[in-house]
Amino acid sequence: MKGERAMVPRARFQPADSYYGRPVLKPPVWKPQVPFYLFTGGLAGAAAAQALAAHLGRNRVLERRSWMVALAGATASPALLITDLGRPERFLHMLRVVKPTSPMSMGSWILAAMGAATGAAVTSELTGRFPRAGDAAKVTAGLLGPPLATYTGVLLANTAVPVWHEARRELPFAFAGGAAATAGGAALIATPVRAAGPARRFALMGAALETAAMLTMERRLGPLAANYHGGEAGRFARLAQVLTIAGGATVAGWGDKRVGAAAGGAMLMAASATTRWAVFKAGFASALDPHQAIDLQRRHGETRAATPA
Amino acid sequence: MKTADGRPQAAGGRRQAADGHASYGEEAPPRKGFFTDTSICIGCKACEVACKEWNDVPDEPRGFTGESYDNSGALGANRWRHVAFIEQRVPVGAEHGAPDSLVQEAARLALTEEAGMDVAADGDLRWLMSSDVCKHCTHAACLDVCPTGALFRTEFGTVVVQEDVCNGCGYCVVACPFGVLDQRRGDGRVWKCTLCYDRLKDDMQPACAQACPTKSIQFGDLDELRERAADRLEILHRRGTTSARLYGDDPDDGVGGCGAFFLLLDEPQVYGLPPDPVVTTRDLGSMWRSAGLAAGALGAMAVAAVLGARR
Repeated sequence: MKGERAMVPRARFQPADSYYGRPVLKPPVWKPQVPFYLFTGGLAGAAAAQALAAHLGRNRVLERRSWMVALAGATASPALLITDLGRPERFLHMLRVVKPTSPMSMGSWILAAMGAATGAAVTSELTGRFPRAGDAAKVTAGLLGPPLATYTGVLLANTAVPVWHEARRELPFAFAGGAAATAGGAALIATPVRAAGPARRFALMGAALETAAMLTMERRLGPLAANYHGGEAGRFARLAQVLTIAGGATVAGWGDKRVGAAAGGAMLMAASATTRWAVFKAGFASALDPHQAIDLQRRHGETRAATPA
Repeated sequence: MKTADGRPQAAGGRRQAADGHASYGEEAPPRKGFFTDTSICIGCKACEVACKEWNDVPDEPRGFTGESYDNSGALGANRWRHVAFIEQRVPVGAEHGAPDSLVQEAARLALTEEAGMDVAADGDLRWLMSSDVCKHCTHAACLDVCPTGALFRTEFGTVVVQEDVCNGCGYCVVACPFGVLDQRRGDGRVWKCTLCYDRLKDDMQPACAQACPTKSIQFGDLDELRERAADRLEILHRRGTTSARLYGDDPDDGVGGCGAFFLLLDEPQVYGLPPDPVVTTRDLGSMWRSAGLAAGALGAMAVAAVLGARR
């Protein structure tokens, strides 16, 4: 046998707990547009909520800047989603049906309505025309903003991917917090310091909620939390933690200075974007590992068997 | 929401056993399905070939995998039937719970000497073969999450993608607990087994079932197939093949039972099948509640941030 080179791989006897280690599930076919959309959608939604709150609190400067941020997010979002489709020219098929069992269907409708309302609100704000209709558009956009920022948690959780589905309680809260941190951070960059007080508090509350939700999620995920400790998702998760702490400290400590506010705001935005990437990548790792789905289903089966009907 | 036996019901109270099938009313033919009896599969792959030929499924050469006779890997956009090959070493006679007869023993020894291999030394080689396919679930996650309505329930109770509607969003790909659906590269849409919807409408059986030379793939009315499977299981158990089990036949399982179910000779995960899959939309209510609460928290934070300035 010496000197002979095998022309084919060595045939394997497979281990009994999976089929040649092949995934039980298919990994997502979603492209990088999706985690960026999780970011821009959250930005648009929370910025609209912040703008409406500023409108009610008569903070005109913060209100106007926040509407601009919301419009930017609401413009980028559909562009990202459409280019992610396998058949982008068929994007309007998203509005063929209204399906509460499909978070993507509900999200498409929320995004379409929120984007239209934000466009109308900004037009009225800038031109000063149709103030009544403009106010109605502001209320609509401001109220649709929060659901736009949180439905994406259901979008990911409503899948067979273990690390997403088992985080179904925490993901919407993590995305709500991240959205507030992002919108607050954007407002800190765009707004003079004297008007940015609410944005400062919004960003810090958001970062705290995001962190708390992610920590709770990891605790409840049990063995599945390993998806956030290694690999690409792990690197994103660690970077997000550093950015959150640095950004939070900068905003809290130097948020009343223009440079501190802008730098801290930018770091909080980056932290939230990085967190979305961590969640996105964790889903790939979880879907590709056959043992995660198999072990989880066995555990659930045992729990069910142990619970009397 | 709970069903009579206390198990949580799939999302949407209106969805009962046939799950959309019933909406066709009196005109609906009985629900159709596959019973794949893997105990008589010989791994000829005629089903894979017949499926590709009839449905015009593109080829996707993968080269030599080194994984027994399986060089096609798994179900996907370009593989709607997939034959799995599992090679196992099991103790001699273990499968039947008793030693082989003297005749069998002699035949094995003769074979061993002739081949120059000592097969018996570390147990027999057992070869499991199984033709996998879309399960056409009663509670189908792919159908639930499809945002365009491209996926629909046919009058035969099967689940089919409409290729002129699908826009390739990819949601069904991650929703399917069996990893069946996938996006076709260069095409962008998702593709999967249609249970030969076109053939069913002309009273023909699906191509794979017709091509199967051993009747390992049986097509018919689901109710009748379930009876046939129960009978077959009883025969195998009586003969001592205690490892035989049905997979996907139980209407009370996490997907409400499969339209395409199986008789397996080992644990499902050995065949690459999830042991106890649950339709993701069963937890939809709690997910939307969580999103609603989170949205409320986000709105409250925005208001609180502004009010904080007043103090």
